[in-house]
Amino acid sequence: MPKATKIAKGPLKGATHEDIKEYYRMMLLIRRFEERAGQLYGMGHIAGFCHLYIGQEAVVTGMQACIGEGDQVITGYRDHGHMLACGMDPKGVMAELTGREGGYSRGKGGSMHMFSKEKNFYGGHGIVGAQVPIGTGLAMSNKYKGTDRVCLTYFGDGATNQGQVYEAFNMASLWDLPVVYIIENNMYAMGTSVERASAETELYKRGISFEIEGEEVDGMDVMAVKKAGEKAVKYARSGKGPYILEMKTYRYRGHSMSDPAKYRKREEVDDIRSHRDPIEGLKGQMIEAEIATEDELKALDKEIKAIVKDAADFALESPEPDPAELWTDVLREAEAV
Amino acid sequence: MSVDILMPALSPTMEEGTLSKWLKSEGDKVASGDIIAEIETDKATMEVEAVDEGTLAKILVPEGTEGVKVNAVIALLAEEGEDASNVSVNDPATNGSAIEAEAPAPAPEPAPATMGHNSANLVDPDVPDGTSFTDTTIRDALRDAMAEEMRRDDKVLIMGEEVAEYQGAYKVTRELLQEFGAQRVIDTPITEHGFAGVGVGLAFGGLKPIVEFMTFNFAMQAIDHIINSAAKTLYMSGGQMGCPIVFRGPNGAASRVGAQHSQDYAPWYGHVPGLKVIAPYDAADAKGLLKAAIRDPNPVVFLEHELLYGESHPVPDLDDYVLPIGKAKIRREGRHVTLTAHSRMVGFALKAAEILAGDGIEAEVIDLRTIRPLDTQTIVESVKKTNRLVTCEESWRFMGVGAEICATVVNEAFDYLDAPPARVTQKDVPLPYAGNLEALSLPGTEDIVAAARAVCKGM
Repeated sequence: MPKATKIAKGPLKGATHEDIKEYYRMMLLIRRFEERAGQLYGMGHIAGFCHLYIGQEAVVTGMQACIGEGDQVITGYRDHGHMLACGMDPKGVMAELTGREGGYSRGKGGSMHMFSKEKNFYGGHGIVGAQVPIGTGLAMSNKYKGTDRVCLTYFGDGATNQGQVYEAFNMASLWDLPVVYIIENNMYAMGTSVERASAETELYKRGISFEIEGEEVDGMDVMAVKKAGEKAVKYARSGKGPYILEMKTYRYRGHSMSDPAKYRKREEVDDIRSHRDPIEGLKGQMIEAEIATEDELKALDKEIKAIVKDAADFALESPEPDPAELWTDVLREAEAV
Repeated sequence: MSVDILMPALSPTMEEGTLSKWLKSEGDKVASGDIIAEIETDKATMEVEAVDEGTLAKILVPEGTEGVKVNAVIALLAEEGEDASNVSVNDPATNGSAIEAEAPAPAPEPAPATMGHNSANLVDPDVPDGTSFTDTTIRDALRDAMAEEMRRDDKVLIMGEEVAEYQGAYKVTRELLQEFGAQRVIDTPITEHGFAGVGVGLAFGGLKPIVEFMTFNFAMQAIDHIINSAAKTLYMSGGQMGCPIVFRGPNGAASRVGAQHSQDYAPWYGHVPGLKVIAPYDAADAKGLLKAAIRDPNPVVFLEHELLYGESHPVPDLDDYVLPIGKAKIRREGRHVTLTAHSRMVGFALKAAEILAGDGIEAEVIDLRTIRPLDTQTIVESVKKTNRLVTCEESWRFMGVGAEICATVVNEAFDYLDAPPARVTQKDVPLPYAGNLEALSLPGTEDIVAAARAVCKGM
């Protein structure tokens, strides 16, 4: 028997109730995962750099809802949320953060360097802006192969001041490559605000001289992200070339775990958290529209906490990589010629 | 007084060219800026513009003449009021070369296709007995390698500045556009950092890109992608993300182009795990190793040499000549001193070995061919036999390829050494422009001879 599908009205217009619940679920998973990662970092189980995505969950959740099988995703080093949204296993991601054998890179990549060929997630790049030409190349490989696949290329406001971003914009537009550039403008490139770093602070305009259309989007509203994302993906998929989406978003935590965040006031963070939080916002709308009850959402929260706890347990139980792993994966064996 | 029109030098490396076409006839009026002739250089066909005004009085070098030396008088221009029928060459010093090249030269006989008897060019063990050879320029050998691999695998494509419509800045990609089309032979904007990253993305996306840098000096803009994106990702992804890509182009000293366009990057890339680095000397190796590089599932840095592109060597007539990466070649056997070299320095080392033979010093010349992985076994075995070592390279001494070879030999054959190893390198300065200073800075045959004599002293 076909199941009746409920379509939401009001601010959630256009999506099914199931979809909306799924967005909520994904955003919550990312948040709880990141909170736990922060905790494990504090306990010394995660080392090095660890950039948390808390506050920005709506961006990747909304965008990933716009793509399908075979579309690619690439991003910078604030990448845990992207991996979860790509469907990668939270256990494998967390175990990579702890540097264990069970991690996606078998402990050899860490927070900033994780990949999943299976899920078409191409990293995880630690050099600011480097993923932009690479994502453009992935898009070019789609065009070369004659598929209609699209590459979502995410980067931050800081990366928009890297020269290679514009080299990539130029080629993408020149060759009509199927790439959507998603600028996650969280207002601070490490400790430097957009105003202090950028002559043109409206970053969606950065493609104008390359004839790339750009749009500003409320990156704290998953429905707004999805709406803009669908348009951009459709545009790129139809062969018209690249599209820029500037997501106005915010990170609640520091740039990395070692950032005391003295460059902004506590009140600024609190204000956004209490008025623009993407998860709380959607929660209120869902209850109002009777898509879910408080009790249902509480149950969901519990379920997610259990998933994250399992991931953390796995990440701590998984052994460190075998010392022999030191020497593997440097080069691939050549086929006999 | 009439004006001599001279054969112009149209590239930094041009010494002679073909006067392919006259666009003015004797008796024609010529204004400054008029195109008077077309000249074919080793790289391209170029138009020659008149500098002075007057009447083209006499053409001294007819159309179709090959091998016209730079600065030879090719025509005479009568100035206003001068009798065009009565003009003569002003500078007799240049006259001789004009006469020499007067008649269209017959095509040179191809060199006998044998390598075996030539001690300076021992046959590669990978070439079957009885194989015939064809003299081929390194430029064409590289081109043939790419064309063959592109025919074999439609995932192979080439991108870079001027690779397509211009036919290659050094003509290495000549006619690839015509055969494979603009989808696979891709002109990029001048944007090294960007297109190196795009190339990495193409490789991640399952293709096998060849990225041409007009010179490796420009790859400095792109070195982040070569190292951080291409070389390291396989490791960082726990073996998931291979990056089959070739970064290729001319490397090393060119001719009088100054410090920013003249540098050997072999030690730079040789330093990096996750890369393979190749620097061939002759045309056969250029072809066999480039084909291997394109097929290799790893990122390969393929260092060519601008000053060698036009040199011809015998290339085996085999349908699919692929050489193993990581194997050096002994180009000349000897028992007194081992000379190691890569790329253009191999030629100097072979010449040095000839000269040393006159002194009774038998030098063994090892062409490294691959810088990473370095064939240390061949080097160490040789030193165990000769007991002496001179390393030769165009790069700087400090932390150079020679430093690595010396350290390896000291570690693995210390007791066999009869003298401290010597290193022949570029002087430790940015390459100067002035001709005399450039010559002083770059290592050559004489430096190798001197170093070899020094390590063989008291032998």
